[in-house]
Amino acid sequence: MISEAIDNEQIEMLLSDVLEAHGYDFLEYSHASIKRRIIRLYALDNFVSFAEFRYTVRTDKQYFKRFLEEITVNVTEMFRDPNFYKALRNDVLPVLGTYPFIRIWVAGCSTGEEAYSLAIVLKELNLFHKSLIYATDINPSVLEKAKQGIFPLNYLKGYSENYVKSGGIQDFSSYYTANYSHAKFDGTLSEKMIFSTHNLVSDHSFNEFQLIMCRNVLIYFDKDLQHKVFQLFDNSLEKLGYLALGSKESLDFWERSKAYKRVKTEKIWRKL
Amino acid sequence: MAETLIKGKCEALIIGGSAGSLDVLLEIFPSLSDNINFPIILVTHRKSGNDALLSDLLRSRTKLKVNEAEEKDKILPGHVYIAPADYHLLIEDDETFSLDYSEKINYSRPSIDVTFQSAAEVFGDKLVCVLLSGSNADGVAGLKTVNDLGGIVVIQNPNTAIMSYMPQQAVNHIKAGIILDASDMAEFINKLVK
Repeated sequence: MISEAIDNEQIEMLLSDVLEAHGYDFLEYSHASIKRRIIRLYALDNFVSFAEFRYTVRTDKQYFKRFLEEITVNVTEMFRDPNFYKALRNDVLPVLGTYPFIRIWVAGCSTGEEAYSLAIVLKELNLFHKSLIYATDINPSVLEKAKQGIFPLNYLKGYSENYVKSGGIQDFSSYYTANYSHAKFDGTLSEKMIFSTHNLVSDHSFNEFQLIMCRNVLIYFDKDLQHKVFQLFDNSLEKLGYLALGSKESLDFWERSKAYKRVKTEKIWRKL
Repeated sequence: MAETLIKGKCEALIIGGSAGSLDVLLEIFPSLSDNINFPIILVTHRKSGNDALLSDLLRSRTKLKVNEAEEKDKILPGHVYIAPADYHLLIEDDETFSLDYSEKINYSRPSIDVTFQSAAEVFGDKLVCVLLSGSNADGVAGLKTVNDLGGIVVIQNPNTAIMSYMPQQAVNHIKAGIILDASDMAEFINKLVK
């Protein structure tokens, strides 16, 4: 096993290189997970030594693109956790619908599945025309995919089931055109999306939102970094705005959590 | 015997299982000593959405505290932690949990391999890992790492397992594995107590 040959010190040196040479700070990521991703990539790409791997990551811009894409987790789904989307549809978005304009930030959007899911719900609630979805990720290459709205066809059956469970009222297939192995989503869904790179570790607040969705991103951060990101969200959220997290993430241990009220049983909090 | 080798130095016990493993857990838990002084971590393959069910079943059969593992939780002795459905469960150096929603491994999330390997790096020779019934090969690579780093490997006897494939793969690949029937497992675990 290669894993035994690579110790924590080597991982730290590699991540320090990445910060110095490329400006991406992974030092406050959960260690076990990022270590596993790094070792996996190192084994996958057949480097002769860890030193060579380190050198390539440091100096080869093209390879660094791959590194960035592979060590961050980009697994996502449409209508992931249907009950969460049901709560958005029934409890959160109708409230925001009373506003003249709805600004939403999907932070860590990866390849865009959640942003498209959200756009579909907004359409069905007749709120899409006055909404704007800012979809950001640390990783430029996943944003390119997100812009296209093309997802592998073999996942669509599961997405369609999720959609129905979440309270979807249309024929899900009306939102995409199937083409061989892929489904291309209706181009109007991305008309209200703005895609941009944003690094939650180092970038600042860039707007005020009524809803921030950041699901299954914080699990990869250590506690201190999680709390910094909560502060960033707090600075980016209007009063009475909503913060939505992943099913295993929580605001509970953050010092300012008392300024937020949980919405029913889903991982959604409202800023008081 | 390996029990005497490791007696008193077990810092974590991890049990991995797939199809056919629930019966074994339900057999083991009522016989576990209340004095267990290490954490027990369960990684089982199951459908998402049934998280509360397994906790409830086990809670009714033991005095040990049974909870789903939450990210950043400190891993405490005498507690039973269940890997949440649809996340990989990893162990940090400071003996806290991390969750990870990356690709499935061996068609599985949680993957037993991921938790075994991650725990082996933290607990080394103070780790005991048990692999139960199942019908894919998840867990076997993890047991190899555990064994390589000095931990104890226990495998359910494939001949008496409901699904023999997973434990049989482990028996084939890890010669040092201790093979036990389900009915002997509780006693083995109780003997690990300091």
